[in-house]
Amino acid sequence: MALDKDTVARIARLARLKVPDEDLAPLAGELSGIFAWIEQLNEVDTRDVEPLSSVSDVTLPMRADKVTDGGMAAKVLANAPGGAVYIDSSDKNAGGFFTVPKVVE
Amino acid sequence: MASLTDLTIAQLGAALARKEASAVEVADAHLAKLDEHRALNAFITETPEKARAMAAASDARRAKGEAGLLEGIPLAIKDLFCTEGVQTTAGSHILEGFVPQYESTVTTNLWKSGAVMVGKTNLDEFAMGSSNMTSHFGGVENPWKRRGDNRKLVPGGSSGGSAAAVAAYMVPGSTGTDTGGSIRQPASFCGIVGLKPTYGRCSRWGVVAFASSLDQPGPFARTVEDTALLLQAMSGHDPKDSTSAPLPVPDFAAAARNPDIKGLKVGIPKEYRVDGTSPEIAALWDKGMDMLKAAGAVPVEVSLPHTKYALPAYYIVAPAECSSNLARYDGVRYGLRVPGKDLADMYEGTRGAGFGKEVRRRIMIGTYVLSAGYYDAYYKKAQQIRALIARDFRQAFEKCDVLLTPTAPTAAFAAGDKMDDPVTMYLNDMFTIPASMAGLPGISVPAGLDKDGLPLGLQLIGRAFDEETMLRAAAALEKAAAFSGRATGY
Repeated sequence: MALDKDTVARIARLARLKVPDEDLAPLAGELSGIFAWIEQLNEVDTRDVEPLSSVSDVTLPMRADKVTDGGMAAKVLANAPGGAVYIDSSDKNAGGFFTVPKVVE
Repeated sequence: MASLTDLTIAQLGAALARKEASAVEVADAHLAKLDEHRALNAFITETPEKARAMAAASDARRAKGEAGLLEGIPLAIKDLFCTEGVQTTAGSHILEGFVPQYESTVTTNLWKSGAVMVGKTNLDEFAMGSSNMTSHFGGVENPWKRRGDNRKLVPGGSSGGSAAAVAAYMVPGSTGTDTGGSIRQPASFCGIVGLKPTYGRCSRWGVVAFASSLDQPGPFARTVEDTALLLQAMSGHDPKDSTSAPLPVPDFAAAARNPDIKGLKVGIPKEYRVDGTSPEIAALWDKGMDMLKAAGAVPVEVSLPHTKYALPAYYIVAPAECSSNLARYDGVRYGLRVPGKDLADMYEGTRGAGFGKEVRRRIMIGTYVLSAGYYDAYYKKAQQIRALIARDFRQAFEKCDVLLTPTAPTAAFAAGDKMDDPVTMYLNDMFTIPASMAGLPGISVPAGLDKDGLPLGLQLIGRAFDEETMLRAAAALEKAAAFSGRATGY
């Protein structure tokens, strides 16, 4: 199936990817090529075939609903790209915040 | 005694045990090779100080009589495994400068067994690629060259740096991850052994996620036995990965030391004879079967009817999972941030600038196939085909114990080739992806050289959680092929 420029722009928006206008047409061509190749899957009759989402036969395990770690706010915030703000600068593990651009006026 | 960097892991272990060398001396010898071959671009981050400190600690443990399975063995780690305090990039600009505050389970297991880290290896961005050309940090050069031809070749991918580092004798072993062939294909291109374990054998905790239902860590080394030693240390149940199998770890090294395959039924899947495979690889495949037969195995022709659909189905399943997994890179908690006029603009700018072309392409494929109105036509269809592929293998394994196939359709190609059309690049993984879709273990063993003097690998595929039989067959193949090729000219 062929994808047009508008569809590619819509996908990019859904994926939160900034794609420059001049790249939309080449991308539409590439993605159309990939989807045309994928079309061969329609040759296979999959009626009544149960979809396989995981190859592990194991039933996903349950664990007790209790806290097993914590108190590591400094580690959680260590890579914050906008820097972090801590509740108590003398005890960074007491808690803190990621910083983001202002989103509400 | 041979130079320390020429020794295998098993030989190094013995030399260390006999006190013929210290772990610090072994680390220094290998660090010198990293210096010497830096032009290959196999490493994104070298960690010489950490290596020397870990080696000194290893010597201290040995002096106290506490030597582990890999005591003092220097290893390179694919830069997809989170390593505490050491930058982990996944080959991406979006994670450049990211310093994990925790250690992945697999590397934790390796360090517990005494291994020493020399650095983090280059890879295709987020492990998406078959050539290592998509890395933000530049491509890796394969230490092998065609005879009489000085052009740079790719090491394969995505674990290209890990494979090149072992092939160039910079380390005796390394870790990789395999989603659709990212360990086996570079092993074949670089003339070394690479093993993808059964899905669930090695914990994925702390490994940067690409496609979670397919990703599996595994080892590279120059011999089957070494690969088994590494696998033994890496494996084991991990409560932090809910898909990690709660099974005991067998003695993989013992299996690799026992190349007795008398009566072993080796399946030859007829659908793997496809157009586009080099005639030399087809001939090597026949020769591989003859060698196993001479060692006592019984060839059995089997059919895997849905083989040709594995690759297109993979290119729905893997991008779908990648689009979900990579949603976390939003410029808020870690990694790159590109400021924007509002929050959406920040997200889009960060992800547009932080991800390379192939990653953006796959995120978009995944977003599309999961979007409203297309889910059943693409994603559900691909999962149904995945079920048929898994069934094909189950039926084949009723007739045989292990499968023998080529690893890749060609030898290593030149840097820059196959870059024009994404599908041409995807076809590199045609022989490795079916086993990935079924979650089965696979190993690539170097089995010969092509007319240009480049290494070619053969793949053995085992039953789920039966790496031992696969390793026995691999050891038999290794012994019969007696591959002695070594990269030159790097």
